[in-house]
Amino acid sequence: MKFDSPAGPNPIDRLKVVGHATDRIDGKYKTTGTAPYAYERHDVAPDAAYGYVLGSAIAKGRVRGIDTASARRAPGVLAVVTTLDTPRIARGVMNVAYLFGGDVIQHYHQAIAVVVAETFEQARAASFLVTVDYAPEAGQFDLAVAAKTAEPVPADSGEGSGGNGEERVGDFEGAFAQAPVTLDATYITADESHAMMEPHATVAAWEGDRVTLWTSNQMIGWGHGSIAKMLGLPKEKVRLDAPYVGGGFGGKLFIRADAVLAALAAKQAGRPVKVALTRPLIANNTTHRPATIQRVRIGATQDGTITAIAHESTSGNLPDGDPETAVNQTKYLYAGKNRLTAMKLARLDLPEGNAMRAPGEAPGLAVLEVAMDEMAEKLGLDPVEFRIRNDTQVVPTQPDLRFSQRDLVGCLKLGAEKFGWAKRNPKPGQVRDGQWLVGLGMAAAFRDNMVMKSGARVRLDSGGTVTVETDMTDVGTGSYTIIAQTAAEMMGVPLDRVAVRLGDSEFPVSAGSGGQFGANSSTAGVYAACVKLREAIAQKLGFNATDAVFEDGEVRAGNRAIPLAEAASDGALVAEDTIEFGKFSKTQQVSTFGAHFVEVGVDLYTAEVRVRRMLAVCAAGRILNPKSARSQVIGGMVMGTGAALMEELAVDTKRGFFANHDLAGYEVPVHADIPHQEVIFLDEVDAMSSPMKAKGVGELGISGVGAAVANAIYNATGIRVRDYPITLDKLLDRMPDAA
Amino acid sequence: MVGATAPAASERTDAPILAQVTFTVNGQRRDLELDTRTSLLDAAREHLHLTGSKKGCDHGQCGACTMIVDGRRINACLTLAIMHQGAEIITIEGLGQPDHLHPMQAAFVRHDGYQCGYCTPGQICSGVAVLAEIKAGIPSHVTADLEAAPQVTEAEIRERMSGNICRCGAYSNIVEAMTEVAGARA
Amino acid sequence: MKSFTYERPSTPAEAAAAVARNGQAKFIAGGTNLLDLMKLQIETPRHLVDVNGLGLDAVEPTDDGGLRIGALVRNTDLAAHPRVRRDYGVLARALLAGASGQLRNKATTAGNLLQRTRCPYFYDTAQACNKRQPGSGCSALDGVSRQLAVIGGSAACIATHPGDMAVAMRVLDATVETVDDAGAARKIPIAAFHRLPGDDPSRDTNLKPGELITAVTLPKPVPGTHIYRKVRDRASYAYALVSVAAILGKDGSGHVAFGGVAHKPWRVEAAEADLPQGARAVTQKVFADAEPTHENAYKLKLAERTLGAALNQARA
Repeated sequence: MKFDSPAGPNPIDRLKVVGHATDRIDGKYKTTGTAPYAYERHDVAPDAAYGYVLGSAIAKGRVRGIDTASARRAPGVLAVVTTLDTPRIARGVMNVAYLFGGDVIQHYHQAIAVVVAETFEQARAASFLVTVDYAPEAGQFDLAVAAKTAEPVPADSGEGSGGNGEERVGDFEGAFAQAPVTLDATYITADESHAMMEPHATVAAWEGDRVTLWTSNQMIGWGHGSIAKMLGLPKEKVRLDAPYVGGGFGGKLFIRADAVLAALAAKQAGRPVKVALTRPLIANNTTHRPATIQRVRIGATQDGTITAIAHESTSGNLPDGDPETAVNQTKYLYAGKNRLTAMKLARLDLPEGNAMRAPGEAPGLAVLEVAMDEMAEKLGLDPVEFRIRNDTQVVPTQPDLRFSQRDLVGCLKLGAEKFGWAKRNPKPGQVRDGQWLVGLGMAAAFRDNMVMKSGARVRLDSGGTVTVETDMTDVGTGSYTIIAQTAAEMMGVPLDRVAVRLGDSEFPVSAGSGGQFGANSSTAGVYAACVKLREAIAQKLGFNATDAVFEDGEVRAGNRAIPLAEAASDGALVAEDTIEFGKFSKTQQVSTFGAHFVEVGVDLYTAEVRVRRMLAVCAAGRILNPKSARSQVIGGMVMGTGAALMEELAVDTKRGFFANHDLAGYEVPVHADIPHQEVIFLDEVDAMSSPMKAKGVGELGISGVGAAVANAIYNATGIRVRDYPITLDKLLDRMPDAA
Repeated sequence: MVGATAPAASERTDAPILAQVTFTVNGQRRDLELDTRTSLLDAAREHLHLTGSKKGCDHGQCGACTMIVDGRRINACLTLAIMHQGAEIITIEGLGQPDHLHPMQAAFVRHDGYQCGYCTPGQICSGVAVLAEIKAGIPSHVTADLEAAPQVTEAEIRERMSGNICRCGAYSNIVEAMTEVAGARA
Repeated sequence: MKSFTYERPSTPAEAAAAVARNGQAKFIAGGTNLLDLMKLQIETPRHLVDVNGLGLDAVEPTDDGGLRIGALVRNTDLAAHPRVRRDYGVLARALLAGASGQLRNKATTAGNLLQRTRCPYFYDTAQACNKRQPGSGCSALDGVSRQLAVIGGSAACIATHPGDMAVAMRVLDATVETVDDAGAARKIPIAAFHRLPGDDPSRDTNLKPGELITAVTLPKPVPGTHIYRKVRDRASYAYALVSVAAILGKDGSGHVAFGGVAHKPWRVEAAEADLPQGARAVTQKVFADAEPTHENAYKLKLAERTLGAALNQARA
């Protein structure tokens, strides 16, 4: 199905199943521990041996030799595969660093060997017997230094943000120089780790020249093609299966070392091998959100009209890597005639920088929205009002391009009302609650709405069950449930008559999970397949497809009503289709908007920051399942709070690695850090997005929330920290005297 | 002295040293012969194929492996299986099954107290144990009066659940689920 | 993890003898730190002596009105013990501020005293660390040191003792009781239990090989407000950046020890007389010899302000 004109009325609009806050259909499996994750496939690979991965002890250089003799002699060892035995393996989709093979070390903890043994304990012990001779080389590990020679480069995050290295509208410098009120500030965001709870893991099993990988991956379509290329196999010889994925956040968008090493090791060992990256290896072996240095300049008239806005970001990466697209939202969010955005890339020898939840917008809004807060204060304007005054219904850089829907103002106003924003004391450092300095902060949220081609297969069987198959993944996003809701709505059956099978490369290729495009795109693909199935059923039952109504388990037209299952009485009916989004979808700008409101307390003595209240208001098209969508938003708010307050991969700039490479060292929020969270969805339907009229919401929750936390800290203390995470050591020197 | 293996047998070999252990898992007696190095978590996941308990970090830093052993929640990754001779072990599989959910499991489903599901079994085992700990009068870091009986409050739940990391960020919903179960039980 | 043999003796002397006669043996109780380190081969015992069968799990009053805590009393049980809650609030608070509920259910009193540092370079076997591998150097000195020691360190090591319980025990003037392989008992004041790194950071404590902790005794309760104030980046389940264990009167007089700042719980008794004058007077003396790195110099101000918070709480 081509989506080439705005969606008209369709069966989804009935909202008998779609749009309801439905419990997840996979919930009973997840809550009982019976949902199988990649490393747990005793059912399909019962005799798997254990692979243990070794990471490089140097950050840059070459491997001169690897002595595996002792390891090979160790009890239980079945195979040792080293990077020196293996020609450099081609990179897959979105890979920047090479994952394995050859003698070149590009980054710390790059995989250099996998030891395979009968048991996990044996593989782990034997891995310590491997000795490696390195020829280290000097590298550049300090962004602050490398930034001085960084060059503007174009980039696309692959997840809905990007652009040219430098983009200009009007005369920024001239307008900024003439503006009566200006801000020029530089901010830092930290390297962050996805830290998903399920480590990257794969079980690989060969049957002759065919290999199956049960793995943990967000994008089966990309992964399937990539691993085939990496192993030098035609795609037909490779199967990927990921029915459950224990979190990804962008860290599992692509094939990683676990999959490659499991496949190589299984081939060499002659039996299935399972490999999970150990937690201490993950931060440096895989990818991370790169740190940025961002400069924002805003010029405005006295009444708060922005006349000049510039946002420049510098980040680092390995060769062939991209910059963090942190300036993207600044092209869309606020009006202003004279504009400049630029992304510069510094060459670093740290591990690979790549997509992490809302790449671009997460660090970009964390900065832009603090700058807006600073500017509002300079103007003597309420920060909500300042944003409203600079709202725009067209893309500021392309005045002919309208937003399909843009109710940022509605989000801001409703959020302000519900949060009690009017009670905020605009003068910072004034509100006390016992030992706590209390402050309120807010920020706008923006995230583009990407759409991706997505396919599905739908089958009606004689029992009346509708089965959906697509390689879409559920990474916690609720895909199982919203896909079931979509099929139930389309086929006129209750939810419990729908079965959903996901994550298998033998199913039609879907959008996959990334860039908050998954929910809308994959359900649109299911919609398309269901339209075809309805046609087949109508034909089978002798109805005119356009007249037939699918409802209550029946197909009806005129006076006739026939049970749906009858259409399959002499054999299942199967339909497959793919939703494809044409150029039409670019004729308007389809984006999602929101507003975050946060209350923090800052300890008067210690400057510890604790979040007390959080509210997000989201305008993101039709909400397919308010329960799971809300969870996506609060989850983003938690991760954004982590980025604001504690998350930082600590760079050892001398040795070239992230030193705090485990979950004790890299702190993410725990229960005690997060208060009750409120989310409000505006009632919105966007016919430009897809037949579902839905948009992405999974990354809107993280976009902007960090700035709201930072602004609340400022309101509480009067201290502006422009260096994330805002840990107490950055506040302490400027805290008021407590004694 | 209960000697699993005589120390003299070790010498300097790297050969696995095996030991017998018997414990009860989810009400069922289990006799295992294990490499002494086997964690309780790996004994469950790799030997008993009870994969509900998760390995998120293998270093006691995430809580995904939480089991209830002799009535107390512990990190199964940081204990040796052979140290649990005679123990009564409850894993997530022992709390409930898909068709017979434990009230805590059902509350997690109702309140969407999970997303990816990987930390969920640990959260639920902890959740059940936390309510029991409060009932037993065990204080926490946020208990204002150390000598008074702690109450089921959101602050108490949050502090006590902090050893279970959820990177998807379902915390707010988990607290709601636990509060509901605590209220129903009270 | 190297393979190891395992035994579970039934008396403390047997246990001590079992470790003493095997140079590669270690005691294991809760195991929450030892197994963590064994998985990374930072600890490589070839024989484990499981002490969980030794009893040693009672909390009993002593003749002089104090409390004797068995080495195997779990952190949860110690924190929940009525006497500890009533008379040694600083200890209950310190225990409850540590780790997580799951870990406290396993971790023991003795094991907690023996916790090894959380320095990232100690934990990464590819990096130089004199504590893990004597003579290899210290990467922390010019590396990531935000969490590390500001005082009492050396050119060989700036690791911190990561625990909370020991800081409270330090302010309580606890005594560590041990037994050796010959069955001889010894009492070590907590102040002399942990070492400073000096030129041999590999040794955390003054225990002799095979010496087994059997109990910790507390003197009779010290009146005053018992405070354990732990400062950390996240609200729970994190190591202290700085902590303050204090027993204070309404006039501010009393005792204070600091955690998160040194290789051992840090207490300078001579400075305590200045407590009524306020935090700064005390911390200026306590940290007079501090040698922070540029990354952890904030701990000095933080220690002062955290003590200020404790004094404020005591005066309230």
